[in-house]
Amino acid sequence: MAEAFRTCPTTGLKVHLPAENLIKANAVAAVVFLAIGGFFGLLVALTRWPAVHLLPADWFYLALTAHGLDVLLVWIIFFEMAVLYFASAVLLNCRLATPRVAWAGFVLMLAGAIIVNVAVLQGQSTVMFTSYVPMKAAPHFYLGMLLFAVGALLGCFVFFGTLVVAREERTYRGSIPLVTFGALTAAIIAVFTIASGAIILIPTFLWSLGIIQHIDTMVYKTVWWAMGHSSQQINVAAHVAVWYAIAAMVLGAKPISEKVSRLAFLFYILFLQLASAHHMLVEPGVSSEWKIFNTSYAMYLAVLGSMIHGMTVPGSIEAAQRRRGLTNGIFEWLRKAPWGNPAFSGMFMSLVMFGFIGGISGVVMGTEQINLIMHNTLYVPGHFHGTVVAGTTLAFMAITYLVIPLIFRRELVMPRVAKWQPYVFGLGVAGISLFMMGAGTLGVARRHWDITFAGAMLPYDYPGAAFLMMGLNGLSAVLATIGGIMYVVVVVGSVFFGRRVEGPVELGPPAPRGVAGGSDLPAAEVVGQYGSAGTLKIPGTVALVGVFFVCFVLYYFVNWKYLSEIWPLR
Amino acid sequence: MAITPPSNLLWWREPVARTELVWIIIAFAWGLVMFFMMIYWHGAGEQNLSNEAYRISAERFTEKTNEMIESHEVRKEGNFPVVRPPPGSDVYLIARLWHWWPILELEKGQSYRLHLSSLDWQHGFSLQPTNINVQVHPGYELVMTVEPDRAGEYAVVCNEFCGIGHHLMVGKIYVTE
Repeated sequence: MAEAFRTCPTTGLKVHLPAENLIKANAVAAVVFLAIGGFFGLLVALTRWPAVHLLPADWFYLALTAHGLDVLLVWIIFFEMAVLYFASAVLLNCRLATPRVAWAGFVLMLAGAIIVNVAVLQGQSTVMFTSYVPMKAAPHFYLGMLLFAVGALLGCFVFFGTLVVAREERTYRGSIPLVTFGALTAAIIAVFTIASGAIILIPTFLWSLGIIQHIDTMVYKTVWWAMGHSSQQINVAAHVAVWYAIAAMVLGAKPISEKVSRLAFLFYILFLQLASAHHMLVEPGVSSEWKIFNTSYAMYLAVLGSMIHGMTVPGSIEAAQRRRGLTNGIFEWLRKAPWGNPAFSGMFMSLVMFGFIGGISGVVMGTEQINLIMHNTLYVPGHFHGTVVAGTTLAFMAITYLVIPLIFRRELVMPRVAKWQPYVFGLGVAGISLFMMGAGTLGVARRHWDITFAGAMLPYDYPGAAFLMMGLNGLSAVLATIGGIMYVVVVVGSVFFGRRVEGPVELGPPAPRGVAGGSDLPAAEVVGQYGSAGTLKIPGTVALVGVFFVCFVLYYFVNWKYLSEIWPLR
Repeated sequence: MAITPPSNLLWWREPVARTELVWIIIAFAWGLVMFFMMIYWHGAGEQNLSNEAYRISAERFTEKTNEMIESHEVRKEGNFPVVRPPPGSDVYLIARLWHWWPILELEKGQSYRLHLSSLDWQHGFSLQPTNINVQVHPGYELVMTVEPDRAGEYAVVCNEFCGIGHHLMVGKIYVTE
């Protein structure tokens, strides 16, 4: 079976060809659905831009349903399958367990995704991504979701199997790499997530066929969000693993401490399952004790995990840069980072925006009482575009720029477009998130076709600032769409028309000459050695983390102030 | 590197850098502050959603609402009855496709037990411009005590997607001096 492998000229790793093909197939499917879902997203944003108001109401709600499904579910999970196969078979230098099962999973996911899209486009399943009962979709809508989930579950089992194979065949020494550990975290959460999905979607499917008579709305919501929110935690674990991977590949960064970073991942597994509470904070019949314990992930221990990564990821980059001799002042390491390399710039923006926009807003909105002034307003999509688009999607886009030369073995076409892509997309998404959060603070409802309420029996006018916010949101969405098109053009162009890569690839800047430890590879070992803890110097990261913490605390209490101004209730 | 196995086989015995340790302690402490802030607000704050809720059928909730309308209707606005219930009383608001029923007239500074339920799908009670947002389920009756603190005209916007007429679903609450 020796012919089933090639040796990567850049990393020296053995690459299992069936694994490589699966990575390619999943990545391609992901990008196709990103393009479809992104297109629907543009239609949604242009409709919510009051001056444009593009689609009629029925098409708006249909496009919104399709947008959520195609990007939040299909694009991200297909890409995560590629990440799982990369983090297991490629990084562990071993063969992929049962490629046939992996292909079966891929086919099921693809079939499920197509069926769901067809169901939505037929017009009988405009139920939003959440499909809250008793609103009913066509039976094949639920069936497609189930097929997709089963396919993803098969992919997770192939990943677990590959870890076992690697251990049995001793293809690596010691413990699995941190990135693989992060991917393992994502896969474990995925199993829990998919199980929750099955528990609620199977009865809902039977109900849509008329076999089951009644589904309780509160039970549905609690279990559905055990899938819906936990699946966002798969994304967090996966994109944090991607951050570490890009920092390692581009700059040779090592984790400051393996122990701390792994512990932070472990917190995700232990506490994120409680997340369905975030959607139950203003529901009838849920006790405050349950809400407080669960919405805080048992005293914010999963948030602690993310805050730890928020220091260790930039910290490892700073340590690596200082090792290269960029030691002047607090920020030379950051100023002279490879900002022209889209893998790095995309990764770093993902890190910053996930923390500052998505992270802080999520914790604030998930506070039991503060949720009263945000639930179901546009603040909610503002928050999750900060996590899932600025965080996960941007990180996945960034690593694509490494996957193309390493796995597809093609050079990037239009490198100048690629260089600007993360900035255009990142700026657009930051605008989308912030302006939607702004509109939400002014009370504007999410999933709403017409905020002028033209034709309603009773009138209401939102404040003028809300209309301004919606216009700016539309402009930002156009910018993000341009960034998205740039990404798709570069990816598709490179995969089909890029020049073949033969020898090793330059992933990052070479180590400067004469610097201690500078080697031919950018992979100079930096920290994470016994004894290095005492000499660690990362003042720039400390400053960044300090700024983050101050913003967090201020914003948190500002929202308590807003809450205190509404009608007293008890 | 993060993409290779740890170079130190006994990585779990490495000491943790002081910078990291300090940040972990600060972040953990901040988590505790946020956790206890929610509990503190239950005692000290004035905005806490009630936990009082019952299972109820659409018929029963309609009956109770109609009883209130019959006893306290003060005028009509189009098709909508305007109801002015006495302070401290039980006030009912029906959510259904696609309106809020009836229009309520409350007195500033008085408290009311507001009952919310849906007769069909889920709806979102979004009181504007004060910006109070509560989910309304069919089959469940949420009871919360509200105390309007500013006079004026308020809108109840539906902010849970409820089909093609969702964006037309606006109700009204008056608060008088």
